[in-house]
Amino acid sequence: MRFRAKIVDLACLNHFSRIINTIAKLAKTCILRLTVCKLYFILSDKVANGGASMWCELSQGNFFNEFQMEGVAAEHNEIYLELVPENLSRALKTAQSAKAVKIKLTNKHCPCLRVAVELPSLSSSSRIVTHDIPVGVIPRRMWNDFREPSVPDFDVSIYLPVLKTMKSVVERMKNLSNFIVIEANLSGEMNLKIETHLVSVTTHFKDLGNPPWASEDGCQSSAQGRDLESMAEACIDIKKLQQLLAGQQVNPTKALCNIVHKRIVHFILLHEEVSLQYFIPAVA
Amino acid sequence: LSRIGDELYLEPTESGLSLRAVNSSRSGFASFLFAPLFFQLYEPGSTGPETELFRCKVHMKSFLGIFRSLPSLEKSVGKCLILLKPRASRLVLQLHCKYGVTKTHNLAFQECERLQAVFDTQRCASHLCAPARVLAEAVVHFPLTLAEVTLGTGPGGKISLRNYVEDEAEPSKTMVTELWLAEDEFQSVAVAPGSHITFCLKEFRGLLSFAEASNLPLTIHFDEPGRPVIFTLDDTVLEVHLVLATLSNLQSNSQSPSTNGVSHLHAMSDDFVDDLESYMVTMETSEGGSERPPSPTFSLCTPRPAENKPEEEEEEERAVPGTPPHKKFRSLFFGSVMTPGRPGPATTQEVLAEDSEGES
Repeated sequence: MRFRAKIVDLACLNHFSRIINTIAKLAKTCILRLTVCKLYFILSDKVANGGASMWCELSQGNFFNEFQMEGVAAEHNEIYLELVPENLSRALKTAQSAKAVKIKLTNKHCPCLRVAVELPSLSSSSRIVTHDIPVGVIPRRMWNDFREPSVPDFDVSIYLPVLKTMKSVVERMKNLSNFIVIEANLSGEMNLKIETHLVSVTTHFKDLGNPPWASEDGCQSSAQGRDLESMAEACIDIKKLQQLLAGQQVNPTKALCNIVHKRIVHFILLHEEVSLQYFIPAVA
Repeated sequence: LSRIGDELYLEPTESGLSLRAVNSSRSGFASFLFAPLFFQLYEPGSTGPETELFRCKVHMKSFLGIFRSLPSLEKSVGKCLILLKPRASRLVLQLHCKYGVTKTHNLAFQECERLQAVFDTQRCASHLCAPARVLAEAVVHFPLTLAEVTLGTGPGGKISLRNYVEDEAEPSKTMVTELWLAEDEFQSVAVAPGSHITFCLKEFRGLLSFAEASNLPLTIHFDEPGRPVIFTLDDTVLEVHLVLATLSNLQSNSQSPSTNGVSHLHAMSDDFVDDLESYMVTMETSEGGSERPPSPTFSLCTPRPAENKPEEEEEEERAVPGTPPHKKFRSLFFGSVMTPGRPGPATTQEVLAEDSEGES
């Protein structure tokens, strides 16, 4: 098992760091899956995570100048590592003016991702900062736990409002309630609602648009044949929604959510080089 | 100074006004000596054959509160008068502002003994001098919450800074950050090879901000682990010292979990950093068992030197109760220097900078 990668372009480094910051806001611990072409950050829906799960996928070619990976075996040319993304975020934070950043999987006393940052200095040689981030190697027998979640059979799919607006609404609602109801219909209308015994607040969004989903195998999804005005809703933990929105530092190219009535909300945020899916289950 | 302690010690001397502070576990001490030339007027008071110059201490917060908003002070204050009135038990700070406005603050003080840590930069084996900016750029890679950092020397004359991981923390769960600085980033380097010390980063950051703001080079004097590290700033009218206790080498050193007694130097390779780590690990373990001769300067409050390690640790814990982050650091050695000129250490364990009554 080997892994070495290098970033020399500052814009790529900056972009990569922002993605890691977003991941760090969503998960305390997550899985990093490395393949020849892609990196994945995965959070599976264990009870410990409050049932939320995440799947973030990026093409290594968009970020790394060098990327060499050898998986556990030839037929299984992948590496699964468990790590604390906050550590990676911290290591990259002060590297924003670096000449080069190298990441390497090492195993000195324990498996680590070694991030070596070469910084410019006034002296003849560069300054080198290394960060040894402890990681856990996930054995192959457990890889099935981390498969890509399938798009749920949703009732409504709708584009999200401008994330900045949605974020500020949700942040204020967070002060009033622990849970928020997201409801939306196929006419491009979405409501965010909170209700406590003292107060209820609803914010209405209109004309959001509904993404066209081509149904697989030509079979009907729950969304087809559905009354356009009828709302599908789910009541979710408001903190999870707030964390998702707070972590978005750049406006995505496409942002939408799929609601399975009273079951789960599936958020999809697409940027040019990275896609992020986040699932928040409805509370009972 | 407020980063070190809660009380500000004012000590007028013939060579200037000295402001000092010490931390609660007596493992950090700082002093700023302002020469008479720094002031428009400097009258330390009169001394007689029996009397000394008056000393006092005040609450740090009260003193700082007077200078709360520096930008507005710079615009409105013309002069600042500091007056010690022993008989009235008041330290008077008078700000003469624009438009004939005078603000007078009367601070209550307590008399105190002279606060002086015993240290001698000349006795240190290693000295480093760097512009404050270089050191500030170095510590930025460590989180603000990091308590202790290890400064070390490595092959090629490089100087390293690394976060210190506590024994109790699981080494396989803690991120380790290490920074290497080349010798030519420093203004001067005179270090004993393979030396290293671990000290409190938080307290050092305070001095570093000051050094950066005043654009002064910072000199670090250090010796063996366990002996204090001394940071100094020098200017024509200001002399600053920060003395911090350092972690002494204990036999089970957490920084070297899996060493197997390899004692030869690894050759420098392309991945030199990997090898340097093992190099430093071997250096640490070989020093762990050696006896250090007791230094005459550090006699009193210190536990007996390295003969009986378990006892020493116990004694140290007794010496600094209730201060968990620093419990392994030796107390700084405060000589009971009653008057200048008397030979240093007295034989009592008297702590001179006493906790004032009613201090929480």
